[in-house]
Amino acid sequence: MIQMSDIQLDLISDAKLSKMGSTEKVRYIIDEVRKGKIMVLEKGLDPMEEAKLIEMTMSEIHDDFYGLEIESYPRDDNVSFFGKLLKKDTGRQKLTVIGPANQLKTLRKDNSLISTLVSTK
Amino acid sequence: MGVISQFKSFFGRLFKKKNACIGIYGPPNAGKTTLANRIVKDWKDDADDNSEPIGSVSHIAHETRKAQRHHKLEIESKGSKICLDIVDTPGLATKIDFHDFMKEGMGEKESKQRSKEATEGVIESVKWLDDLDGVILVMDATENPYTQVNVTVIGNMEARKLPLLIVANKIDLPNSDPEAIKEAFPQHPFIGISALEGTNMETFYESIAKQFG
Repeated sequence: MIQMSDIQLDLISDAKLSKMGSTEKVRYIIDEVRKGKIMVLEKGLDPMEEAKLIEMTMSEIHDDFYGLEIESYPRDDNVSFFGKLLKKDTGRQKLTVIGPANQLKTLRKDNSLISTLVSTK
Repeated sequence: MGVISQFKSFFGRLFKKKNACIGIYGPPNAGKTTLANRIVKDWKDDADDNSEPIGSVSHIAHETRKAQRHHKLEIESKGSKICLDIVDTPGLATKIDFHDFMKEGMGEKESKQRSKEATEGVIESVKWLDDLDGVILVMDATENPYTQVNVTVIGNMEARKLPLLIVANKIDLPNSDPEAIKEAFPQHPFIGISALEGTNMETFYESIAKQFG
């Protein structure tokens, strides 16, 4: 049981998320964020999943849920020819952090650093 | 201009003319509607002097909560002519807190209503991506490019293979840093403007003709 003063941080492996379909993945993320968890995804979402995440998040915003904060490093545009040929992670984000908008705040971000402030409710 | 060059110019323009539906995207308060209004003002049909601006602008975020479309604007630059449908979209966001509107002086009921409409607007913005030929991505040159939400959705636009033109707006402000935005998105054409002051708009239209024409 999470106390109100505690913050749960879940580090989610790519293996766990890749077993899920897109809708299931997005549903899982929103449900966990709504419980107040901060999630760090080993590999982020693909672009279509991100769009779905934004749409589903917007449809759930209400008086007690303001949405989520999501940050990740830019995609690697320098995937090799063979990487593209093998469809090796061409559209996936890198490490991604997601949390409730009222608890997770991005302080600074650049190509190599994401600095966030996590607060209790 | 000689007869031959006039002839060439005429046919050159004729064959270069294209039609495209272009969406103006960006985070809340980046100046999307100000830019849309500026484009309409600059290129509206002379016979249509009464044409209204695309939308109202405000310093309070999420003033545009429904996408607004302006049909058939002809933009011409350096011999290229392009016929555009311009879609001014609500600001993209992953969070909307009605308390932020209350801080701007709105009542609770009005703030909650604005918040609800804003969430619907974001969904509409995302859906519009299916029907566009290209995107003008407006970013606030006074803000960190990496923390504006369109950094997340820019990959979405790239995945759809939509041609992008990155616009750093508000370069008239002393704390603007358009170069930071240019450096953040080296893979896309870039232009710094002030939609409010009309700064650098000719170059902006050249970029539109080049990127979408």
